[in-house]
Amino acid sequence: MTEIAAARLKKRHAAEGRFRLYGRMAIIVALSFLVLLLGRIGIQGYSTFTTNTVSLPVYLDPARIDPADLEGSNFDYVVALSLLKRMGETEDEFGSASDDAMALVSRDLGFQILDKVKADATLIGKTVTITGPVKADADLYYKGELKRSTDEADRKLNDRQLDWLDRLKKSGAVTSGFNVAFFTNADSTEPEQAGILGAVIGSAMMLLVTALIAVPMGVMAAVWLEEFAPKNRWTDLIEVNINNLAAVPSIVYGLLGLAVFINWFGAPRGAAVTGGMVLALMALPTVIIATRSALKAVPPSIREAAWGVGASRTQTVFHHVLPQAMPGVMTGAILSLAHALGETAPLLMIGMIAFNPGLPEGFTSSASVLPVQVFIWENASERAFHERTAAAIVVLLVFMIAMNAAAVILRRRFERRW
Amino acid sequence: MTVLIALALLAVFSGSVYLLGRRRAVALAGGKSAGLHSLPGYHGTWVALWAGVPAALIILLFAVFGSRVEDAALRTQVPAAVAQLSAERQVTFWSDAGAAARGQARSEIAYEGELKTAFDAKVAEGRRIGVIGLVSVLALSGVLALCGFLLAFPRLSKDFRARNRVEGWTSLLLIACSTLAVLTTLGIVMSLAWESFRFFQSVPPTDFLFGTAWDPQIAMRSDQVAAEGAFGAAPLFAGTFLIMLIGMAVAAPVGLFSAIYLSEYAGPTMRAIIKPLLEILAGVPTVVYGFFAALTVGPTFRAFFNWIGGFLVGGPMDSLGQYLETVQNQMALTAGVVMGIMLIPFVSSLSDDIINAVPQTLRDGSYAMGATKSETVKRVILPAALPGVVGALMLAVSRAIGETMIVTMAAGLQAKLTANPLDTVTTVTVQIVTLLTGDQEFDSPKTLAAFGLGLTLFAVTLTLNIIALGIVRKYREQYD
Repeated sequence: MTEIAAARLKKRHAAEGRFRLYGRMAIIVALSFLVLLLGRIGIQGYSTFTTNTVSLPVYLDPARIDPADLEGSNFDYVVALSLLKRMGETEDEFGSASDDAMALVSRDLGFQILDKVKADATLIGKTVTITGPVKADADLYYKGELKRSTDEADRKLNDRQLDWLDRLKKSGAVTSGFNVAFFTNADSTEPEQAGILGAVIGSAMMLLVTALIAVPMGVMAAVWLEEFAPKNRWTDLIEVNINNLAAVPSIVYGLLGLAVFINWFGAPRGAAVTGGMVLALMALPTVIIATRSALKAVPPSIREAAWGVGASRTQTVFHHVLPQAMPGVMTGAILSLAHALGETAPLLMIGMIAFNPGLPEGFTSSASVLPVQVFIWENASERAFHERTAAAIVVLLVFMIAMNAAAVILRRRFERRW
Repeated sequence: MTVLIALALLAVFSGSVYLLGRRRAVALAGGKSAGLHSLPGYHGTWVALWAGVPAALIILLFAVFGSRVEDAALRTQVPAAVAQLSAERQVTFWSDAGAAARGQARSEIAYEGELKTAFDAKVAEGRRIGVIGLVSVLALSGVLALCGFLLAFPRLSKDFRARNRVEGWTSLLLIACSTLAVLTTLGIVMSLAWESFRFFQSVPPTDFLFGTAWDPQIAMRSDQVAAEGAFGAAPLFAGTFLIMLIGMAVAAPVGLFSAIYLSEYAGPTMRAIIKPLLEILAGVPTVVYGFFAALTVGPTFRAFFNWIGGFLVGGPMDSLGQYLETVQNQMALTAGVVMGIMLIPFVSSLSDDIINAVPQTLRDGSYAMGATKSETVKRVILPAALPGVVGALMLAVSRAIGETMIVTMAAGLQAKLTANPLDTVTTVTVQIVTLLTGDQEFDSPKTLAAFGLGLTLFAVTLTLNIIALGIVRKYREQYD
């Protein structure tokens, strides 16, 4: 080998090494994005799954509670006074001490007292112990997100409030535990009371509507196109059309839902049934495409055998081909439903962005869904809502991973290789 | 509710008719189904279909369109007091009267004097019309169900081709389902075109497409006084394009190189691990990317640029430093980079398919000539796969243009005609969301502008998709 050739070879091998390195780097970049994304959300959401609750003996001062007008009495103030008493402080003339105290415990405690007094009016004048969440800002302080080292003017809680929180914690009145309320409450204007149950139920209802429309219709459409349709211009057009529909931006489906379902047909705005119909139209092309490829995978010998023993075309398809293709069909259907579960943009168009403090009442009443709840909380100004956003994302991802895992298991377990 | 009960009753009726038909068929054959042309079940199904389907269709049509017909009937006679109201108030009056007649929630407007009597009269009339409509539809569907049964049942005989008839019904249903996909497209095109047409009546298309001022702040209610909105969408197109370019600058190299590495260099184990991981990235909902962009990437970039600005201030590049110190969270770069992350798996999996479709013989030929792997990729595989890769990138561009949540959460709302990636820009999809979230009136240009934007978006993405899908499909099949 001449020296020139050796040098050229060395150069070529160096180029080879560089090229391989670029490939590795691309993979590493992509995977590190994944780690960064999931890790960041996991860390941020994790803290929401624990919360701090406070237990306070509250003296139900007869002077401040009017038995004739319970709804009109300020129970938050009653709670605040008891907290002050426990701290050994007294109310000042401007009421700023009680304001500071009120900013530490959730209004949920006041509502609990209202319910108790409503049930049993003799409690007035006695002392009851109630347990409820601390306010979101106090919770952030306990979790170390709100630091004492920040300048007092720049944080939501002042030094006196932080002292009280420290003393409450030390005295054992505040305990930390699993955040049950996050999973059993619907949305709320108070971050510490906001939960995702309403959104989870709304998502489930909407997905049910989507599944009931998109899966049977998509499967039937695919069966016709794959097994019955003559190959002509019309069916070609349908095929091209379906492939293109699968790539239409989701927001366009929202515009369609708004113009057709809500404006023309008068479908209820922001309801699970309307959202379900919009997402069904969106999921339809992917269900059709998945079903067609599952049907294609069934070998022609199955069809020929059925025809050979005298089955009609319809009988062949519905008794033999479709059952064989069913695992593939279900896998495709679950995957497109999982995709629909995470869809947000079209739902904003059809009014699903409304604030729903309760659980959805039915399919035609206003409902929230998980991804939109994420969007709403992300837009909220309070920092505590951002924590909840991350936690809601974790829940959403858990549902999506469960659905994807179900699809993979279904495929592994039942798919037949011919 | 009544509709559901009626449908349930109909289902029970059809079910019993099925049993009757089946029994009849068995009886006709003298107890042995072998003598029949079709199995007894097909006879039963055929009779049940005739008894159930026409009646059910009538009930469903009523459920969908009933309230509109009732409203139209209510409006045939306009009371004098109502005729004097403004067009706006008349609409409210009618929708209130219809809602009150159906026992639904109505607006909080109080009607007094003559209007009150007119309102009460119309509500009563509406209730009457509602009852008449319901009763007549129920009666009609009952008659249809009975007629269907009475006409179909006597036709059953030993040689009756019930199976063929039932299969005819089945294929009708299948065809109806597959036209639904076409109907969806038609629905998209018609609704976008119709509402855009109404929009272009108040704003000329040229002003919309080429105008450089976007400020759609027209009053939400007609009695509010507000300035005319400006509907020049060019800044939105520029913003969309800028974010798309940034996204593709991230996604194209990373996605393409991952695809090349996975298909040419990685062993089967590595492929089996990395491909599903990349698919997770593809399965993450876009609202999650938006959250990541708004609360992690945006603040990080901002801090980074502010930090760099801090070094430059006072130096030779003082003005640049000053500018960098004012950079905000919401910049085109944030949205673009996160969109690029979202597109990586999309580009890589499509390119992977296309690279794998290049036949092994081409590679073997190249290796036999003494080429290294990278030379084979660069000189043989990529040229062979190029049109397909271009198609894949076009599909990614179409995805980037139509992506909504990331830009809504991470790009801004200010429409600016700029090419500066550190500036806040807004996009077509962001403006659609902004214009349409919350309550809207369907006749204000503000609402209709969203449909104009939607039509533009649909037209552009559809063109890209048709070309790209054509290319991708052609080059996947080319070597088969």
